[in-house]
Amino acid sequence: MTGRGGERRGGWRARLPGSAAPARLEGRAAVLRVYGYMFHRYRRTWRGTITSSFLYPLMYLLAMGIGLGHLVNHHLAGASSPVGFSRLGGVGYVTFIAPGLLAATAMQMATNESTYPVMEGVKWARTYLAMLAAPIEARDVQRGQLLWIATRVAISGAVFLAIMAAFGDVLSPYAVLALVASTLTGMAFAAPVAAFAVTRENSTSFPIMYRLGIVPLFLFSGTFFPITNLPGWLQVIARVTPLYHGVELCRALVLGQMNAASLAVDTGYLACLVLFGVYFGGRTFAKRLAQ
Amino acid sequence: MVEARGLTKRFGDFTAVDAVDFRIERGEAFGFLGPNGAGKTSTMRMVSCLSPVTAGELSVLGMDPRHEGPRIRGRLGLVPQEDTLDLELSVRDNLYLYGRYFDVAKAVLRPRVESLLEFAHLTDRGGDKVDDLSGGMKRRLTIARALVSEPELVILDEPTTGLDPQARHLLWDRLYRLKQDGVTLIITTHYMDEAEQLCDRLVVMDHGRIVAAGSPPSLISEWSSKEVVELRFASGRQEEMAGALGGFAERVEVLPDRVLLYVDDGDEVLLKVREAGIRPESALARRSSLEDVFLRLTGRSLVD
Ligand SMILES: Nc1ncnc2c1ncn2[C@@H]1O[C@H](COP(=O)(O)OP(=O)(O)O)[C@@H](O)[C@H]1O
Ligand SMILES: [Mg+2]
Repeated sequence: MTGRGGERRGGWRARLPGSAAPARLEGRAAVLRVYGYMFHRYRRTWRGTITSSFLYPLMYLLAMGIGLGHLVNHHLAGASSPVGFSRLGGVGYVTFIAPGLLAATAMQMATNESTYPVMEGVKWARTYLAMLAAPIEARDVQRGQLLWIATRVAISGAVFLAIMAAFGDVLSPYAVLALVASTLTGMAFAAPVAAFAVTRENSTSFPIMYRLGIVPLFLFSGTFFPITNLPGWLQVIARVTPLYHGVELCRALVLGQMNAASLAVDTGYLACLVLFGVYFGGRTFAKRLAQ
Repeated sequence: MVEARGLTKRFGDFTAVDAVDFRIERGEAFGFLGPNGAGKTSTMRMVSCLSPVTAGELSVLGMDPRHEGPRIRGRLGLVPQEDTLDLELSVRDNLYLYGRYFDVAKAVLRPRVESLLEFAHLTDRGGDKVDDLSGGMKRRLTIARALVSEPELVILDEPTTGLDPQARHLLWDRLYRLKQDGVTLIITTHYMDEAEQLCDRLVVMDHGRIVAAGSPPSLISEWSSKEVVELRFASGRQEEMAGALGGFAERVEVLPDRVLLYVDDGDEVLLKVREAGIRPESALARRSSLEDVFLRLTGRSLVD
């Protein structure tokens, strides 16, 4: 057997610099260490995400604004329409849907980021398992992951808002708060969805969730038209969906048409979903990761 | 460093680890030898505070895993059975980011990563994606990664399973060095040669139970004869031939492909067998190994 030779004495430990520094428990909070990893990893791989964070919002606004918006505005301005722009809060069609799209894309991105990356962490790449060998607990992994998703949603929300402003679709300084609102909307999905995703053995349920949940919400939660256009029973359903509240919140802030009561209801509803997801996910992450 | 009494792990109705007792001292290399499914990984996961203890007592570094899991893990190095390297990132980034999980300061970490790359013989692969490494290189990287927080205790779950002989020897060499440097090692394996080479003391595990404990030589002298004669007969005839061989040995074991005679002097018995006119297809005399201990204790081979 090799390796017992005297020249090896002293070993790696003797040659390591800074040997006095032990692993501390009192350092950065474990959540931040998880977050730091995701941030660092993103710096290596961010180029692949440009399309979803930058180009999609731009394409939406261009297609809806210059294409569809023109048609709708033309129609609303015409004599055949008795209600006209008042149905849209007195603004043009693009200005009406832009804040809705802000909330809806936050939802889409957050859902995406809390399904496949969670499966990646727990099973495909097992990055979560590597974290758990360190002084990091399952709920730190969950919260670090959610914090990172919030960052991603906030960055793409900021880009979206900047593009809206450039198109002249931001009518109020309160629009800055719409960034908080859209991120909150995203997290109202990300937290419960991540809590669910971590319990899965594979990704087959994710596209189903997308088709049966996310797409209908995207279409019927007041993003593209006021829900008062819907039949009564659908209106009731629309009003209890989280995206409806996210859209209302973002729209009120961007257009400067706020009402304290609905602001409170919308924010409270979304915050409850986030809290529920964080609490429930703390349990599902622990159950899945510590067997 | 680690002490277990009546340590038990159940998954539903199934008992994976059944009331085991062991005590691991500072500075030793302690082995868990057993076939697949013996409960080695389940035991390692409890010791490394990744999996809750179902019943019994466990103390790691003088602390209770139930309450001080993160504190204990901060002083442990873990080489899990299945690698958890980030294949998308470079070799160097894997070490660096893992060190950040333990909150090792950046200034300390950078030079430490370089000396660990050297330790793992990966210096010239530092910038490569982990995905491009061979199995042996990945395993060495996982071991180097486990050392990034300078642990007092390193747990290695099947460190060389699936590697070719050359890669295994290089890995053993790295583990010797750790041992020389005074790091306490816990090694699980189903290779008896690995256990004999690396472990000062070991326990033999089967079906969740510890069936024997001691140093490799003491286990061999306790449970086996000094030497073993292996005789291979035409297939299907082992059982029949074993009957004729009973008089030559203290004990005879029949395996599907050969007959084992447990004796004091192998060459002498080999000679006697030939003189008696028995003609095996092949024959050899060797020293007893842990494989024989396992066979004696469980009636089965370690690796099938
Ligand atoms: N999470 C789990 N759920 C159910 N059974 C498990 C789980 N993990 C391990 N087992 C079972 O426990 C037994 C011991 O497994 P393990 O500790 O991995 O053994 P070893 O590492 O010695 O091969 C096996 O029969 C295995 O199927
Ligand atoms: Mg195992």
